[in-house]
Amino acid sequence: MLTLTCPYCGVKAEETELAPGGEAHLKRFGPGATDEDFEGYLFARKNPKGVHFERWRHAYGCGKWFLAARDTATLEVFGTYPAQSTEPPADLIAKIKAKRPGWEGYK
Amino acid sequence: MKRYSVFAIAREALRYHQGWERAWASPEPKSSYDVVIVGAGGHGLATAYYLGKNFGITNVAVIEKGWLGGGNTGRNTTIIRSNYLQDPSAAIYEKARSLYETLSQDLNYNVMFSPRGLLMLAQTHHEVRGYLRTVHANTLQGVSTEWIEPAKVKELVPIINIDGPRYPVLGALYQARGGTARHDAVAWGYARACSAMGMHIIQKCEVTGVRSEGGNVTGVETTRGFIGAKKLGIVVAGHSGQVADMAGFRLPVEAVALQALVSEPIKPCMDVVVMANTVHGYMSQSDKGEMVIGGGTDGFNNFTQRGSFQHIEETLRALIETFPMISRLKMLRQWGGIVDMTGDRSPIISKTPLGNCFINCGWGTGGFKAIPGSGWAMAELMAKGQSPLAADFGLERFREGRFIDESVAAGVAH
Repeated sequence: MLTLTCPYCGVKAEETELAPGGEAHLKRFGPGATDEDFEGYLFARKNPKGVHFERWRHAYGCGKWFLAARDTATLEVFGTYPAQSTEPPADLIAKIKAKRPGWEGYK
Repeated sequence: MKRYSVFAIAREALRYHQGWERAWASPEPKSSYDVVIVGAGGHGLATAYYLGKNFGITNVAVIEKGWLGGGNTGRNTTIIRSNYLQDPSAAIYEKARSLYETLSQDLNYNVMFSPRGLLMLAQTHHEVRGYLRTVHANTLQGVSTEWIEPAKVKELVPIINIDGPRYPVLGALYQARGGTARHDAVAWGYARACSAMGMHIIQKCEVTGVRSEGGNVTGVETTRGFIGAKKLGIVVAGHSGQVADMAGFRLPVEAVALQALVSEPIKPCMDVVVMANTVHGYMSQSDKGEMVIGGGTDGFNNFTQRGSFQHIEETLRALIETFPMISRLKMLRQWGGIVDMTGDRSPIISKTPLGNCFINCGWGTGGFKAIPGSGWAMAELMAKGQSPLAADFGLERFREGRFIDESVAAGVAH
């Protein structure tokens, strides 16, 4: 069973306590954007087989949104961090790179 | 290919069954083909079959990283129906269902199509209204479905509890010609027919790259060397995003796990397929007597072919309320498949930004029922550059906002 540590309340929450929220760090395009940008924001997803950054909500806990780094091929969780981050924190990236030397990095 | 028939059985019975030949050949790949299909599941093999049968294109290779039909074709709950709300969906699923009717004869291979009837239970007033609307839509689309009252549901499914405390059965959307088929046999039958037409089915051959020149595809790099292709069809379900990435474009697709399970075999107790979308479980009884049960998908991206336990628990909890007699059944096997979900929960059968490269994906949780129709449309698209059945399922619909929104129509994954 998937277990994520909520970065706000510190609870080690298991899957039934959490609500998945899809890909993290999507860049929102507003009025004046091209059709391609808006299509990309709404529908195009990285969907990697490997390291993935996601949004989760501690739905049956503190109720807050947070972000998580997880491997979709092994279900290994690398870590969680606050939703206010615009990109994954450097120490988490370093930790993932140490575990996955072949990983091309966050882009 | 020697035809299967009652005479063949009699002939082989007289010689200790020594004369059965392999159903399909396993040739070494040639250096190039007119058409290369990536993915030897039901949809890929059906595409190859209809390329040969409808358009006379037989210089075709179907390449597969694992074994034939070892992905979602072998991992579904084998349900066949076409009671969809939107016109493009009803058209392609009804085409598929009607092809299933004569598929065993067409392929000379028993796919055990069993049009035993299919019920979608309405358990809320919202669902009653939704299904009445679907029945009217199906009437206009030429798809034979009807609305039936609870008494008729009980008559068709004696083991059902129609006045449960939480979700009483208020009626059902009934498609009498829906049913099931033997999933492996569909893949095997298509493979045998393709092989008989001289097509190459190459297993254990993983695509590692897509080569192109001047914006047109020229072939694929594989673990067994480069294979040239004038046209390329990508039909790989859960890994569509990975192969599309090699071809240089992105897809509006996410991969999630969908689970199913079967019980121990019991005596015949239910001769229709029952789907309960409010509580999210569906069940049918296989010819071996096992109750075949499916539920919902996980909510997060996953490539591991195994899902979360609580989804099985939720599905079984709902089904036990609907069918109290299954509460003591032991479950024998459980498995997961990686399904490719699009934003509107409808498939993609489309040209791609790369010239002469076509993609068929996004079938999500409902691909098995569509195999013949999907192959028919994909073959027409690849051979002629357009197909009426596939016209509305293009990739560009996400940019243009022309969704085929079955996720809203069905209220659940379908």
